[in-house]
Amino acid sequence: MSTGILLQIAQTLAAILLAPLLMGWVNQCRAWLQGRSAPPLTQPYRTLKKLFHKDVVIAHNASPLFRFAPYMVFACMALAAGLVPTIANDLPFSPAADAIALVGVFALARVFLALAAMDIGTSFGTLGARREMLVSFLAEPALLMVFFTASLISHSTELPTIVEALAHKQFVIYPSMAFAAVAFWMVSTAENARIPVDNPTTHLELTMIHEAMILEYSARHLALIEWAVALKLFTYSALGIALFVPWGIAPRGDLYALPLAVLALLLKMMAGGAALSLLEAISAKVRLFRAPEFLGTAFLLGVLGMLIHFLLEV
Amino acid sequence: MALSYPLQVVNLLAALLLLISFAMLSQRRIAGLVTLFAVQGAALSLSTAIVAWSTGQHHLYYSAALTLGLKVFAMPYYFFRLIRKLDVDRDVEPMITIPTTMLIGIVLVIFAFNLAMPISQMSGTVTRSTLGIAMASVLLAFLMMITRSKAIPQVIGFLAMENGLFFAATSATYGMPMVVEMGVALDVLVGVFVLGIFFFQIRETFDSLDLKHMEKLKER
Repeated sequence: MSTGILLQIAQTLAAILLAPLLMGWVNQCRAWLQGRSAPPLTQPYRTLKKLFHKDVVIAHNASPLFRFAPYMVFACMALAAGLVPTIANDLPFSPAADAIALVGVFALARVFLALAAMDIGTSFGTLGARREMLVSFLAEPALLMVFFTASLISHSTELPTIVEALAHKQFVIYPSMAFAAVAFWMVSTAENARIPVDNPTTHLELTMIHEAMILEYSARHLALIEWAVALKLFTYSALGIALFVPWGIAPRGDLYALPLAVLALLLKMMAGGAALSLLEAISAKVRLFRAPEFLGTAFLLGVLGMLIHFLLEV
Repeated sequence: MALSYPLQVVNLLAALLLLISFAMLSQRRIAGLVTLFAVQGAALSLSTAIVAWSTGQHHLYYSAALTLGLKVFAMPYYFFRLIRKLDVDRDVEPMITIPTTMLIGIVLVIFAFNLAMPISQMSGTVTRSTLGIAMASVLLAFLMMITRSKAIPQVIGFLAMENGLFFAATSATYGMPMVVEMGVALDVLVGVFVLGIFFFQIRETFDSLDLKHMEKLKER
C-alpha cells in the first residue's frame, strides 16, 4: 500500500512537471510540419516562468470567482492527471474516482473557466464561454461512450481495472475499440481546443473558442491556466495510451517493470504528440456550426463501438 | 472469446467495413466517396483472403482477387476519370442533412444486428457473427442511395451495397458458387459502364447530374 501511495504521488508529480514538455514537443512537431523553424522543447517552461514573474492586472469589476477560477482549473487537472494510470497500475486514488468521475472533473474545470470568462462581462469572454459550452455538451456524451465501450470489455469503470483487462490478460483484438479510438481522437481534439474544432494559436474573434475565454487573464493566473491546458493534453494522451495501447504499463505489485514502463510512456507520448500534430497539419479547421456535426459523429462512433461489442465480442 | 487470431482480424475488418459505410454517408465530396469505396473494397478483399486461408476454402482466393482487381483498381480508376471528364467534384448537399442521416444509420444498424442474430445462429460458419455487419452495410448503402440526389453517389451506393452482399455471402456460407460470383462481378462491371454512359446522356439532357431534374419527365 505504501508503495502504491508513493507511486501515486510520483505519477501525479511527473504528470504536472512533464505536461509542458509534451506541449513543447507538440508545438515543435507542428512547426516542423509547417516548415517553420521550431521553438525549443523547453519553450512552455520559459513562458510559464515569464508569466509567473509578471504583475497581475485584473478588471475593476472582477468578482472573487475570477481570481479563484485558475486555481480551481489547475487543481481539477492535477486531480484528473492523478486518476489516469501512466506508469504503474497501482493507484490508491482510483477507487475514489472512476472514468465517469473523471469526465465530471473535466466538466467542473470547464464550468469554472466559462463562469470566469463571463464574469468580466466583455463580449469576447461571453462568446468564448458560449461556444465552449456548445462544443463540450456534445463532446462529453461521446467521451462517456468511449469509456462505456472499454467498460463493457473489462466489466468495470475503474481505469486501472480497464488497463489490467486490456493489457495484462490474453491479447485479443477488440474491433469495438477501433471505433472507440476514432471517437476518442475526435473528442480529444474538441476538448483540448485543437484543430479541427478550435485553433490553439488563433486570436481571431470569428474562430477562437478557448482563447476567447482566457483573454482577460494575465500573469500567474494565465500561467496556471496555460499549465492546466498542458496538463489536460497530457491527461488525454495518457488516457488514450491507457485505453488503446496500454502495453508496458507496470502491473500491480511489479516494481521491476517500472523502468521499462517509464521508457514505454516516453516513447508512446512522443509518438502520440507527433501523431496529434500530423493530424492537425492535414486537417482543416471546421466552421463552428459544423462542430456539432463533427462531435455528433464522434458520439455515433462511440455508440457503434458498443453495438459492435455486443455483436462480435460477447 | 475463443476465436483464433485470423478470425479476430476478420472481425476487425468487418468493423472497418461498417466504419467506412458510415464515412461514406457523411462524405460530401464525390472524389472522397470514390476513395472510401476503394478502401472498402480493399478491406473486403483482405477479409475474404483471410477467411480463405483460415478455412481452406480455395475458391475464396479467386473472389478476393476479383474484388481486388475490380473494386480497388478498375472501378475507382474509371470513376476518377469520369469525375475529371464531367467536372463534378464539388460539395454535394444531400437531401436530408448529414447528422440526421447518421442517426437514421444508427437505427438501421441496430435493426440489422437484431435481424441477423437468429439467422447467424443457424449458420455453421466460423465467421457468422459478422453477418449483422454485412446486413448493416447493405442497409447503409441503401440509405446513401436514397439520400443522395446526384447520379455518381447513387451508383457508388449501389456498388457499396454489392460489397455488403458479397460480405454477407462470405460470412454466412463461405461465399457464393464461383459461377454466380463471376456473373455478379460481370454484371456490376457492365452496369457501371452503362451507367457511366448514362451520366453523359443525363448531363446532356438536363445540364446537371442532379436526378431531381428527372421529375420533369413525369406526365402531368
